[in-house]
Amino acid sequence: MTENATPPLIQFAGVTKRFGALTVLDDFNFEVAPGEKVTLIGPSGSGKSTVLRILMTLEPFQEGRLTLAGMDYQEPAGTGPFKASERHLRDIRSHVGMVFQSFNLFPHMSVMRNVAEAPVRVLGLSRAEAEARALDLLALVGLVDKKDHFPSQLSGGQQQRVAIARALAMRPRVLLFDEPTSALDPQLVGEVLAVIRDLAHEHDLTMLLVTHEMRFAREVSDRVCFFDKGRICEQGSPEAIFTAPSHPRTCEFLASVLG
Amino acid sequence: MQWVSYLPSLAQGALVTAWITLAAIAVGAVLAFVAGIARVEGGRAVSTLALCYTELFRGTSLLVQLFWFYYALPLIGISFEPVATGILVLALHVGAYGSEIVRGALASVSVQQFEAARALNFGRMHTLIHVTLPQAIIEMLPAFGNLAIETLKLSSLVSLISIADLTFRAQSIRNLTLDSAGVYSLTLVGYFAMSLVLMLVMRLIERWARRGAAFPRAAHS
Repeated sequence: MTENATPPLIQFAGVTKRFGALTVLDDFNFEVAPGEKVTLIGPSGSGKSTVLRILMTLEPFQEGRLTLAGMDYQEPAGTGPFKASERHLRDIRSHVGMVFQSFNLFPHMSVMRNVAEAPVRVLGLSRAEAEARALDLLALVGLVDKKDHFPSQLSGGQQQRVAIARALAMRPRVLLFDEPTSALDPQLVGEVLAVIRDLAHEHDLTMLLVTHEMRFAREVSDRVCFFDKGRICEQGSPEAIFTAPSHPRTCEFLASVLG
Repeated sequence: MQWVSYLPSLAQGALVTAWITLAAIAVGAVLAFVAGIARVEGGRAVSTLALCYTELFRGTSLLVQLFWFYYALPLIGISFEPVATGILVLALHVGAYGSEIVRGALASVSVQQFEAARALNFGRMHTLIHVTLPQAIIEMLPAFGNLAIETLKLSSLVSLISIADLTFRAQSIRNLTLDSAGVYSLTLVGYFAMSLVLMLVMRLIERWARRGAAFPRAAHS
């Protein structure tokens, strides 16, 4: 029993997600250990972003069971598409943070307020405490000098770094990255990856990353999962997946993206 | 120079028009936000109620509404001062049209903003007050400016429920002097001057709302 000493933090058990007639996740099984850094790769439409969006409670699912730190996403008597009360969903969300492809900063708030607002409004921190926390995080992402700027005055790379600081300010156990560099000009990708690379050294933070940056995935992940048609087709250590993929679909996909 | 003698009376009427218009805009704006937010955020019952209000007041004649509130409502024992009736009916009119502006602007906030708010665990109230409304209000302002000017012009209908507004005074003077050209020309100038002021104030509010760097589109408009 030594291998399974720590129970998984995240557990998908037979989760099925449909959009109308389209099945996006099909009897999906997936576990993530606390502190693990997992990268999800695969062709578009294979369901990898949906996994993150379900975890963030942005999308409901129809069948199966999903737990986070022992908490079930769906309640036995839950109603509505999520089969859970808003209060229950907020309990779950308090453990999860997300970084979006299109940054999604609040355009009417300064960088400082973008980062400090949720700690004040949601966690109940005082403005001073929240701003101190925000300053630490802006230092981490190298943007202290931009704290009074507005999102429209920042480059895409800077906006995404603010978005990472904003997510971290809520101290999530799980941080989800949904193609965080896909909307960036090539010369701005590096600065965002550098910040994520630093975070990957945080022992306690569990990270799920959807990306097309294969070299980066190889560098930061403990595990790489290759998605195809709503299921994990192959998974393993970055070395195993990138140097010796066993499934023909994985070989095909890697050949196409690595050129 | 006979027309100079009209001015004191017309000015008094203009004051009444200004007061009724501003009060109707203020009360109407509150109604517009309540009904517009109810349409977007309310449950089925609340949003249906708001929809009924909006459609009822958009779909009937303002003049008939005025008559109804002024002449018909007292028959069931509810009556207000003429000025209060005028303000109330105009405000209900502003609220009905304004609620559509509020609803449309809230609906135009991108779904990504809602998702970002949810990912940060904002509740519905916080999302509305701190995330979506501040962005939506910027979008509402030009339409609200139009509505304010529309309200000023529609306020002339209250002269028909015996309120001594600018139009009412103009009618009275004309009946005495029969100088239609002079009186109505001055009256037009009066409305135009007041709508210019309203337009200017709305511009200033818009510029103030778009101040700073948060909404850079202001630079181009």
